[in-house]
Amino acid sequence: MRTKTRRRGLARTGRAPQTQETGNGRPEKHPLVWLETNTCHGDILSLLNSYHPDFGTLTQELLEIYFTNTLMAAHGSQAIEVLEKIRLERSGEYILVVEGTVPTAAGGRYAFIGLRDGKPWTALDAVVELAAGAKHVVAVGSCATWGLPYGAHPNPTGSKPVSAVVDRPVINVPGCPAHPDWITGTLAHLVWYGVPELDAENRPVVFYGETIHNLCQRRHYFESGLFARKIGEPWCLYKIGCKGPVTYADCPSRQWCGEHLNWPVGANTPCTGCASPEFLERTAPFFEHLPDVHLPGVRVTANRVGLAGGLITALGIGLHLAGNLFTGRLQKEWKKGLGKTGKTFRLKRK
Amino acid sequence: MATGKEAGMKIVINPITRVLGASQVEVQVAAGRVVYARCAATVFRGFEMILRDRDPRDTAYITQRICGICPTAHAMAASFAVEELAGIRPPHNGNLLRNLIFAGDLLQNHIRHFYLFAVPDYVRGPEIRPLIPPSTTDYRLPRAENKRLIDSYFQALDVSRKAYEINALLGGKAPHPHSIIPGGSSVPVTAITVLNLISIVKKIQKFIEERMLPDVYILAEHYPEYFKIGGRGADFLNFGLFPVDPEVSSYHFPGAAVLNGRMEAVDLGEITEHLRYTHFEGEPVEHPARGKTRPNPDKPGGYSWAKAPRYRGRALEGGPLAQLWIRGDYRRGVSVMDRLIARAIISREVAGLMRKWLTALKPDQPVFSHFRVPDSGVGVGLTGAMRGALGHWLEVAGGRIKNYQIITPTAWNFSPHDDQRGLGPVEEALLDTPVADAKKPVEIKRVLHSFDPCMSCVAHVIVLDQPGPNRVIVF
Repeated sequence: MRTKTRRRGLARTGRAPQTQETGNGRPEKHPLVWLETNTCHGDILSLLNSYHPDFGTLTQELLEIYFTNTLMAAHGSQAIEVLEKIRLERSGEYILVVEGTVPTAAGGRYAFIGLRDGKPWTALDAVVELAAGAKHVVAVGSCATWGLPYGAHPNPTGSKPVSAVVDRPVINVPGCPAHPDWITGTLAHLVWYGVPELDAENRPVVFYGETIHNLCQRRHYFESGLFARKIGEPWCLYKIGCKGPVTYADCPSRQWCGEHLNWPVGANTPCTGCASPEFLERTAPFFEHLPDVHLPGVRVTANRVGLAGGLITALGIGLHLAGNLFTGRLQKEWKKGLGKTGKTFRLKRK
Repeated sequence: MATGKEAGMKIVINPITRVLGASQVEVQVAAGRVVYARCAATVFRGFEMILRDRDPRDTAYITQRICGICPTAHAMAASFAVEELAGIRPPHNGNLLRNLIFAGDLLQNHIRHFYLFAVPDYVRGPEIRPLIPPSTTDYRLPRAENKRLIDSYFQALDVSRKAYEINALLGGKAPHPHSIIPGGSSVPVTAITVLNLISIVKKIQKFIEERMLPDVYILAEHYPEYFKIGGRGADFLNFGLFPVDPEVSSYHFPGAAVLNGRMEAVDLGEITEHLRYTHFEGEPVEHPARGKTRPNPDKPGGYSWAKAPRYRGRALEGGPLAQLWIRGDYRRGVSVMDRLIARAIISREVAGLMRKWLTALKPDQPVFSHFRVPDSGVGVGLTGAMRGALGHWLEVAGGRIKNYQIITPTAWNFSPHDDQRGLGPVEEALLDTPVADAKKPVEIKRVLHSFDPCMSCVAHVIVLDQPGPNRVIVF
């Protein structure tokens, strides 16, 4: 319902409720910098998948995207001049979007934005400097939000999330990639109404207020103990690795991509928890229903189920199951499941 | 203003925009032409390190995160590698569904590459950021044609999104869809899915026929010298793209190596990685399956974090032109314009194949082959990809990944010099490129963009064992 209202509103007016017209009759657009750091560029490609509005409309009516390495016409020093100009001349006005982890090892020299005054400008320095003058800072994608997956063990580049390198609040829009609506919806809210309601992890509640498990169309199969045993079966995918119970996102109701057609569980594959702060680090193996993390320098302790402090994933699923166990459901299935793949252990970084 | 005509003038472009990932190109210009070039990848992540000790079944999902615009190519290669390791093949439907998802991604890539990345080098864009400020003043299209290309640019946004909806329907989401996995795919064949997909593919086909192909020929007509710029010998490499059947008896786009115009079957033993001009130490020339390298940013002469893969010592180029050349569909020449034309033609061919695959799907038949991951063994996954030949080398011990090596198409195309100081394909193609305005060297960008380079893909190949604060990484 929420989704429909939001989309209908945008489609009907086609323009921001609070957008002011400039003298030439064109709407005034909000300045924005989209900084790609250590990234696969999946989030700006996801933004291109936006349907209502499409990317063209977005740039014509809502956002003045000064810098994006992926799409801007200018290159080399000309592109860096654009970035410096907005940083210095429109301080306090622009929204900074960061896509990608921020590598901090080796003085940040694992990712560069370009050459500034003939010297390499590291992503780390660029994020810090641009964030200082931004009206809002938005981390888009799980890389920028959680520093994952590139910061996963052994984190060769010392990758960190944006919030760990800037000294100010960062609005987090996780996902690998983030859904186009999560990006456009957050940006439109910032432009029109200011900062949206955020949860404890600074995620907009409108998109991340509920777990995938609670919104899932297959939830009743979970309650009834009907579990898929193999990829492709149409039942609850919990037993073959679904991380929906510990992942906050509205994929089941919103669906992907711009046309809202499907989502991973709809395609009979388990949720990998890509929007979760544990993505890859503790939501993998993806096809096991509890983390069976086996990494260099880690001791295997098969009996530590639920005890390991870092295993929020295991704990979350465990508590949820315990609830069902209490109500008499699932007892048999639960025991069977844990007995089979109950190997889990604390993950220690070197 | 600098004209680029002074002897020995050096031009450095960083960042190179409208490619994925960070990179730098340096050229020496004498008498208005490029006389020397070198290309460097300036970003990295250490993906192989992250993969170590993980579950081999996860490789298809993890390696997709290397690249947002070609994730399915990595998922295909990873799936092939695990299937070889496990000794299984996907069912008939699984093979076709994977091809369809991969093809949807490929069309998305080629349409976005041509319009969003390449076209702004030739067409005066609308006064909208991020298309202003423009990168050149050398716009030659007459008013009507220029307007047509701008209209196509905006239509391409819509059509490339539609191509990604194929991935959403069959794979749950995009980028990084879920349904290219070792064993096959996951969405059952139903009439409504097939009907939806035929409708989407038809719309994309219409766009390619009525817009993309004519548009690329409009550029060719008004920029004819680009049939001569960006040229090099016919040195190509492709691994098989789109298996015809699960047993992989053949490919719709066969693999081969072309050395100076002479075609031969690919012998993987002939692939070596050269390190002399990279920031790596190790055996000077190594086969990727045995590659053990140590980073040393201070190594004299090193300038890139991409290794230099060679085949029989030659720098081979991949991409649509190589794929069509090997299949015998297009052999007009090797240049900037030939690469752009080949990208449009292969898009048409692949869309046509998708229609055939959709009619060959069989309802009520399996889409996935179940299997157990062996405790140890090796697997190689090879596939043609959007930009050329992609290889994943997997070694498993104790049921976990012991070693994972990847050579991406852009590692071939954007590679630095080899040990004999032979240039990489892009470096070679840049030679003799005329540069009219050293401040706005759009000619260099046109050559670069014709390869559709993807630094996100190159960025993963780095194996860093001891990253430290005193390591100088580049420059």
